[in-house]
Amino acid sequence: MPKEFLPVVGKNTTFISPLPAPPPPQPTPRPGVKRIAIDPITRIEGHLRIELTIQNGRVTDAWSTGPQFRGIEAILKGRDPRDAWLFAERVCGVCTTVHAIASVRAVEDALGIVAPDNARLLRNLLEGAQFVQDHVIHFYHLHALDWVDLTAALSADPAATSRLAKAISDWPNSSTAYFTGVKNRLATFAASGQLGLFANAYWGHPAYKLPPEASLLAVTHYLEALDWQREIGKMHAILGGKSPHPQTYLVGGMASPVDPKGVDGINLDRIAQLKTLAAKALDFVMRVYMPDLMMVASYYPEWTQVGGGPGNFLSFGDFPMNGSGSPSALWMQSGAVFDKNLGSAQPLDQNLVKEYVAHSWYSYAEGDGAGKHPGSGTTDVNYTGPQQDYSDKFLDTNGKYSWLKAPRYNERVMEVGPLARMVVAYASGHKRVRDLVNDLLASLGVAAPALFSTLGRVGARGVETQLVAEQIGSWINQLEQNMKTGKLEIHNKTKWDPSTWPAQATGWGATEAPRGALGHWVSIKNGKIDNYQMVVPSTWNGSPRDARGQRGAWEQALIGTPIADPEKPVEVLRTIHSFDPCMSCAVHLFDTTGREITKVSILEP
Amino acid sequence: MSDKTSLEQRLEQRGVSRRSFLKFCALMGATLAAPVAISPTVAGALGMHAAALPAINAAPEVLTEKIITALSTAAFRPPLVWLEFQGCTGDSESLLRSGKPTIAEILLEILSVNYHETLMVPSGKLATKSLTDTINNYAGKYLVVVEGSIPTGLNGFYCAVGGRSAQSIVREATSKAAATIAVGSCSASGGLAAAAPNPTGAVGVPQAVPGIKNFVSLPGCPMNVTNLAALIVYYLTNRALPPLDSQSRPTFAYGRLVHDECHRRPHFEDGEFAVDWSDPHVAQSWCLLKLGCRGPETRANCPTVKWNDGTNWPVGAGHPCIGCTGRSFWDAELPFYVPLPI
Repeated sequence: MPKEFLPVVGKNTTFISPLPAPPPPQPTPRPGVKRIAIDPITRIEGHLRIELTIQNGRVTDAWSTGPQFRGIEAILKGRDPRDAWLFAERVCGVCTTVHAIASVRAVEDALGIVAPDNARLLRNLLEGAQFVQDHVIHFYHLHALDWVDLTAALSADPAATSRLAKAISDWPNSSTAYFTGVKNRLATFAASGQLGLFANAYWGHPAYKLPPEASLLAVTHYLEALDWQREIGKMHAILGGKSPHPQTYLVGGMASPVDPKGVDGINLDRIAQLKTLAAKALDFVMRVYMPDLMMVASYYPEWTQVGGGPGNFLSFGDFPMNGSGSPSALWMQSGAVFDKNLGSAQPLDQNLVKEYVAHSWYSYAEGDGAGKHPGSGTTDVNYTGPQQDYSDKFLDTNGKYSWLKAPRYNERVMEVGPLARMVVAYASGHKRVRDLVNDLLASLGVAAPALFSTLGRVGARGVETQLVAEQIGSWINQLEQNMKTGKLEIHNKTKWDPSTWPAQATGWGATEAPRGALGHWVSIKNGKIDNYQMVVPSTWNGSPRDARGQRGAWEQALIGTPIADPEKPVEVLRTIHSFDPCMSCAVHLFDTTGREITKVSILEP
Repeated sequence: MSDKTSLEQRLEQRGVSRRSFLKFCALMGATLAAPVAISPTVAGALGMHAAALPAINAAPEVLTEKIITALSTAAFRPPLVWLEFQGCTGDSESLLRSGKPTIAEILLEILSVNYHETLMVPSGKLATKSLTDTINNYAGKYLVVVEGSIPTGLNGFYCAVGGRSAQSIVREATSKAAATIAVGSCSASGGLAAAAPNPTGAVGVPQAVPGIKNFVSLPGCPMNVTNLAALIVYYLTNRALPPLDSQSRPTFAYGRLVHDECHRRPHFEDGEFAVDWSDPHVAQSWCLLKLGCRGPETRANCPTVKWNDGTNWPVGAGHPCIGCTGRSFWDAELPFYVPLPI
């Protein structure tokens, strides 16, 4: 029987707290300036709190807080590096797989292991499927209801909706009868009086501009996308056993055998299933998602002038085309673009990454002014926030106010994610990206500066989804070709055994998760993890101020946002959601020295 | 059933045939059927109502008929609030993969999901209102689902939502619930955040809410939504919880060892083990024990219901079971790639 024990909490576990914190100092009210807190921000992954000041109907300042911490830093110390991906994958279940790949890459980098070509393809397929599914879910189920008034759909004319649907796409579910059915389903739901997820919402808010037919069309596709994402999730199940949290990564390769005659793993039947699902994915992207994106965007042209972030963009690159490990092998390029300069991308230098804790609930021995590279930093928890209900209070945003650290690149505030990747690719001369981005801008009748906005992020996410969805088929074909020519290797076992490892090794594993640049740094000593560090996309985007007081990406992006009703801040949500926050990821998780963090007492409730 | 019931009418509007609805009910019936009939004595020992016994011991066909009746005649959709604390949202993503019933059916026709931070429209105080309205207006009638662990350190403020600690929210929400379901290993018993040395004092629901009543646990990393769907259908049909084991897990899902249901078992019996990751026999269903499989000591129904509408499961993909339904498996089952001493 397995050892079983409950979490160690109680008399034998002492956590010594700082002195109990007094309630946070509250900001002095200034005439004409209103301060609000939006907590919880919903339709994201994880927990996020935003505080804002509003004057003359616009946001004048913003503070981003991650209010949840899991403290996984001490957990990985001393564990087998080959297990790390299993832990890391559970950093996030929405962007599942991304931490798994970064983890095995970090350990492979440390130990000098190159995974076989089939492993490269399996990994690209898992990541590619994740991108496409994640981005489409984001558009419909996390973002759309900021732009689409559900109640407007209830007054739509199904025949007019049918005409609209056919005008923008030849997707077959477009008859009047079909839209009548959806409308009736919604009407029955609304008439029940139990509005569930859609209760207490912002219906009727003046910021909603979509006419009823466009609303019904979008809501119909929201429902279709719920079915579609379940189907596309089956690609992960074929490749890795299940979705969420596919279970097939290995240091050195993958566990899923590729064998045309196999009973288990990837055989030719499974290849055929993957092709069918990949085609289904691309079809929905091209005939439903992209037309809907363009349609919705066309009603909100002013949102190309709201929500611009710092204008600096970072990509670690991904989807290697061969096993060389060279940046030139990355199908999605790495690099940095500064000051919105679409004409020039700088090569990536990961040594320029530093993390600051001046406004974060941690301390550095060197003091709060210091910034540290993840491979050599230290982290001690230093929580100065409230330890009593603060639902009617504000945080002390002059001091430390978030569990997120502030990553910076060459001391600059960076944005990561689909827009960053498209900007870096564009600036690097990637022809297909330039064509798709230019087509998008032309269709919306706007010029390049429109990219640096809330709507620009939405459009970039769509372009990227199309790009990746187009590419998945070629990875399947390559895998099939390998299988048919007898190349079946999936795992490089030459350094699987810890006895083959050096006494000490350090490595860096990078990936582009759907939400942006993700890096893991590992240090291995005597066969065990000595340090483990992650810098995660939403940490970049959702960071608090750094030691210089530079606001994080979405703290900057929110400034200038119009806000008609502070009780119903749908405009703020539009910009926050354009970044697609993933907050369980974002909170700093690892102590680079693996030291036990500052002990905290459990105050008996 | 010659009259068209309200649910059937709604299904017809969406082009769902009676045939596929019946297939769904039959699947639920099959998933829920107890492995053995339960005697009144055992039932008493398990703390079950005797009245629930006939339903539990019923043959699948009888269960199917009961399910059809329950779902067809319900005009009031039972409210449900879904709370997430220290988690990765993996259990919510698993929920989205539900095929029988579909997530859309769950949200629109079967339940009234009043609070779910990942999907709900309002943010901030209006979102919190959806939670507190449900707790106050439907006391004793709503279900609570909890995902993610609850930290006890910093007076619970390692996880705050709307300025309240996770601990405070979960205690209030569960105190007036008809039943509480912990989905995923983190809410079941602490999960990842609670792995040694548990820096935030993370615990599962039973430790965060001592004495909790009407509690069911669906561990797994994440939970398999087939089991949550079956549990909800069971509850709507019988207005009782199914038979549970000593860890509050439904026996219909956790009653058997993975090893006992695994399709590679015959090869285990014949001594045919894959020896490394490149072994061609991994693709020929040979046993994965030597690669680290925890199937022999893990209770779950992954080999039979599988994942993602029966598409696959990890052992079918070629990677061993990691024992993720076990309490504290992150410490008990790892280092993972060291085989069990069998």
